[in-house]
Amino acid sequence: MKRAIAAGVVGLARILAGGSVRCLECEFDSRQRIYFANHTSHLDFVLLWSALPRSLRALTRPVAARDYWDRAGLRRYLVANVFNAVLVERVAQTLLSVPAQAGVPVPHRKDPIEILLEGLGERHSLIIFPEGTRGNGVQLGPFRSGLYRLGKARPDVELVPVYIDNLNRVLPKGEFIPVPMLASVSFGAPMRVEVGEEKDPFLERARNAILELRRW
Amino acid sequence: MVNFLHDRQTLWLFGGILGVLVVATVVGQLLKLRRSNAVIDNLNARIRAWWVMSAVFALSLLTGGIGSVILFALLSFFALREFITLTPTRPADHGALFWVFFVITPLQYWLVAIQWYGLFAVLIPVYAFLFIPSRIAVSGDPERFLERSAKIQWGLMVCVYCVSHAPALLMLRIPSFEGKNARLLLFLVVVVQMSDVLQYVWGKVLGRHKIAPVISPSKTWEGFLGGVATATLLGAALWWATPFSRAQAAAMAFIITIMGFLGGLTMSAIKRDSGVKDYGSMIEGHGGVLDRIDSLCFAGPIFFHLTRYFFT
Repeated sequence: MKRAIAAGVVGLARILAGGSVRCLECEFDSRQRIYFANHTSHLDFVLLWSALPRSLRALTRPVAARDYWDRAGLRRYLVANVFNAVLVERVAQTLLSVPAQAGVPVPHRKDPIEILLEGLGERHSLIIFPEGTRGNGVQLGPFRSGLYRLGKARPDVELVPVYIDNLNRVLPKGEFIPVPMLASVSFGAPMRVEVGEEKDPFLERARNAILELRRW
Repeated sequence: MVNFLHDRQTLWLFGGILGVLVVATVVGQLLKLRRSNAVIDNLNARIRAWWVMSAVFALSLLTGGIGSVILFALLSFFALREFITLTPTRPADHGALFWVFFVITPLQYWLVAIQWYGLFAVLIPVYAFLFIPSRIAVSGDPERFLERSAKIQWGLMVCVYCVSHAPALLMLRIPSFEGKNARLLLFLVVVVQMSDVLQYVWGKVLGRHKIAPVISPSKTWEGFLGGVATATLLGAALWWATPFSRAQAAAMAFIITIMGFLGGLTMSAIKRDSGVKDYGSMIEGHGGVLDRIDSLCFAGPIFFHLTRYFFT
């Protein structure tokens, strides 16, 4: 049943967005990876996940916003049973990066990086969007530090840049119903946080890797 | 509906297609043995895709009318998806695009299926034509307004309205040809696609003088003249499967090939303007769906109306 639904999701993704996948210097195997991509649509991880070979889909867990995906009905079912997603609080992330304001109590929440590391475990891969929020599809926003912290905490995991093109036109911000439009998913060469590499230069390098895929 | 398995003429047409495919495959493999290069690899990829396309088309005809309607509806959907992808729409067009893909396109084919000719003929040129700019205007983004509305409408006309005339052949009532309209559709598709193939073959073998090198580097006068002549002869040779006489079948085939050529050229001009080689990559060796049916888009409506005017 789950398998059939997963196949249905992949089929639907292809009908809406086409099945164009490009791969530059990357092989698909069961090594643990963190795919990091530009974020322009709620469907981003669905398309990226669908672009992976079937055997890897079961091992690859998208990281998704709890407030959008953890809602009663289809979304919660898909996230829990088909994508096996790792849900994180978007609110918590902003609170972490902004100093607490006087009078506003900071809710005691788990560090999202902890949640991601747990989600990664010993055999899974993750799909994350380091911009944090959806961009406008034209510019690539600045990256948050999460990717760097993950790379430092798990140096054995490859970081794979992914550029998703045109999907913002399938489901733009603020729309509910997708329209068909050919999108493409480009996988770049795996990278790692080098020994001694600082946060900002690494994030810049990771961001440029995605921009490079856009030009290509 | 499978009754036309007993229709000898249709079986002959299928047999003919099968024979051509077998010969093409053998020739392709022989060429590959002699020497291997990009052109021959592409030729063999095209032939493989032809097997698949022919099988899908034959199966759709075997289901009776409804299979063909669904097949062409899907072709329209995929072609339109390719076209709109190349069209610089803006977020404010989202609502209009939703209607175009999920309401107007299915509705057009539903009209073909229920054979409501009157609305079929005006749905897109009249109703959609007025609806699309209105819907975009309601969204309130005036930037490049006319360009956006015009391009969406144009895509709808070419990919949906024009293509839907092919299965609409099944709704024509031709005296003493009742129940045999599938052959008319087969005639159109065979002539228009063989015309493409023959123009390609003549062009590869004899092509010297380019017709419009900037728009389509592969179209030559030799390919065009050779292709039109041979495809017209082919159409005339298939007269027994149609309601036409020999001369009429030749004239119809001639018009189909000319329209097909113009369709290919026009759709190439749009590709060059958008800076792409192909509309997509869905069909191996051929490019996208729209690359394969561009000639059908132009030939279909004209063949439909000529047949409707002179033979019903």
